[in-house]
Amino acid sequence: MNKDLPGWVDFGLLPLLNLLTAFLVAGIVVLAIGENPLEAVRHILYGAFGYGNGVGYTLFYTTNFIFTGLAVAVAFHASQFNIGGEGQAYLGGLGVGLACLMLDQYLPWWGILPVAILLGASFGAIWGAIPGILYAKRGAHVVITTIMFNFISFSLMNYIINEYLKMPGNASVQSRTFEQSAWMPKLTWLEGVMPGISTSPANLSFVIALIACVFVYILIWRTKFGYEVRVYGASPSAARYAGISTTRVVVLTMAISGGLAGLMGLNPVMGDQTRIFLDIPQQAGFVGIAVALMGRSHPLWIVFAALLFGTLYQGGAELAFEMPSITRDMVVVIQGLVILFAGAMEFMFRPWVARAFSMREQENG
Amino acid sequence: MGDFIPDLSTVVALTDGTLRGATPLLLACLAGLYSERSGVFDIGLEGKILIAAFAGATVGILTGSALIAVLAAIAASTLFALIHGVACITFRGNQIVSGVAINFLALGLAAVAGNAIFSMGGRTPQLPASARLNGGDSWFTPMLEGMGRYGQAVEDIAFDQSIFVYIAFAAVPFTWWVLYRTRFGMRLRAVGENPAAVDTAGISVTGLRYRAVICAGVLCGLSGATLSMALNSGYINNMGAGRGFIALAALIFAKWRPVQAMFACLLFAFLNASESRLQGTEVLGFEIPVQLVQAMPYLLVVILLAGFIGQARAPKAGGVPYVKER
Repeated sequence: MNKDLPGWVDFGLLPLLNLLTAFLVAGIVVLAIGENPLEAVRHILYGAFGYGNGVGYTLFYTTNFIFTGLAVAVAFHASQFNIGGEGQAYLGGLGVGLACLMLDQYLPWWGILPVAILLGASFGAIWGAIPGILYAKRGAHVVITTIMFNFISFSLMNYIINEYLKMPGNASVQSRTFEQSAWMPKLTWLEGVMPGISTSPANLSFVIALIACVFVYILIWRTKFGYEVRVYGASPSAARYAGISTTRVVVLTMAISGGLAGLMGLNPVMGDQTRIFLDIPQQAGFVGIAVALMGRSHPLWIVFAALLFGTLYQGGAELAFEMPSITRDMVVVIQGLVILFAGAMEFMFRPWVARAFSMREQENG
Repeated sequence: MGDFIPDLSTVVALTDGTLRGATPLLLACLAGLYSERSGVFDIGLEGKILIAAFAGATVGILTGSALIAVLAAIAASTLFALIHGVACITFRGNQIVSGVAINFLALGLAAVAGNAIFSMGGRTPQLPASARLNGGDSWFTPMLEGMGRYGQAVEDIAFDQSIFVYIAFAAVPFTWWVLYRTRFGMRLRAVGENPAAVDTAGISVTGLRYRAVICAGVLCGLSGATLSMALNSGYINNMGAGRGFIALAALIFAKWRPVQAMFACLLFAFLNASESRLQGTEVLGFEIPVQLVQAMPYLLVVILLAGFIGQARAPKAGGVPYVKER
């Protein structure tokens, strides 16, 4: 069972097998509904990549999932399970929105952006750091506290928007719309390659998300702090023995994790809706868990995993339109299956693969 | 500040609302208790509630029989509990990841299957009256109604409830008895604290944990059936509305003990029932926002976990897959 296998099996073959199983089961669900799974895949791919507006939406969702996936991944490296991406992204959205509301009369978007990034990241970071502190100082499990913090954030944001940000005389629960000069630019420079993309909500946040990937790569694998995080993640007692401050590692890692989730707020708040509104993250915090698991907590794979889920979210809308018997919730099913097979049951095929390998070795040796 | 002595009808309405609201919470909370005391963390309570609520409503509509519907709800929830068991016990996967997966899978499948069967955008039609279990006149009704308004109050609170209310509150002493007075209960608690010792005694850790997970499935099934067959009439998308997580909060708040779990669930249900009444109330010149009341269960758990109200210690072996020594 614990036999050593070559790296390409553990990091290539097994995850691929798990993923295929997840999609196979999803296909069976589609079959059970009485539709053709391959036809469904065709609709999803067309919806996600067939035309400029669709591609834009795919990139828009992908942007959200890169941020939240990175957030979960960073925490994973310190063996912390941050389920609170949803709440951290919500608070981050508040930070981004406040920056815009305060400055949109005076500054253009590129002047506001640094402040928005700072406020969004710090709001998310605070929301992530508190569970970190509670774990490091009090031993409260991060899983439980981050779940609770998600719910607390829903109530808190509901209160803040209703009491302080809502426009008087307007029935909808949202802040005023930012001045147009404060809006994050759309990806118009891609219009030549992909006509129609500027009609979608895809915006510059996508580029910021890619920069965040590079940041996470450098942080985790190229800095002293990243090394400490990985040591702690592998063995907290070894880290303590090596003189690493475990409190510092946990709290900072959770703060960075929350900050990354908080940056997600840029995309919907500054890039799309251009106001603060209810339910900013729209489940992206939870999708981040699937993305991080599939991406094996590595920024490069996270981009691809986020793109896969972006494709499913956008393509799922097309699918629901083309096949009315299948709703967009099919994406949630696939999400669950991916988390189940690529996450919880990740070792399922390992004994069989290990047996196949030892048999081959015997034949060769 | 208004006067603090509420009239009889308010008391009846509040008590009734608290009992009804506490029922699904309590059933799910006890479900979590069995699972977690055996060392299997369960954040998939919400998912099991959802799939049970959906299965109960769907089968209730298709067969018109409340009994078959409840059995279907229990079966669906237990199936999901077994998926959790296979992932966590047999394949030694991460229990948190598996719980998250269960939640998504149930939420998605209920909506997809509901739309495929009824084409109503993921919800089901109304349950026929024969498949509802929302209480009604009991054997005592004529007698109590003859006893004036206090008799009527007793009738409304104690005898007019759905059967799930009685099951839930009977499950509390039963769980206490199982946990502290039976061999199974003792082993269950032992396997959550020190599975190696249980294994050494020649008792199957895997078998015990599977049984615990099945108990959780059955109880979550009843919790879901309460939602779609008693409190509501049919399934609505995501109708659990976070109850599985409030139940989890109650479980931690009760420090994984059954009687305390009941009080925690009653407290959270009372807060929920009095939400609308508390709105706009002023305490020391400060108006209580309704959102604060909504967030109260979660806040209380965080405060508890921060160590301000005693210490909550989870079962020691919780979250750790057991690897038999060879």
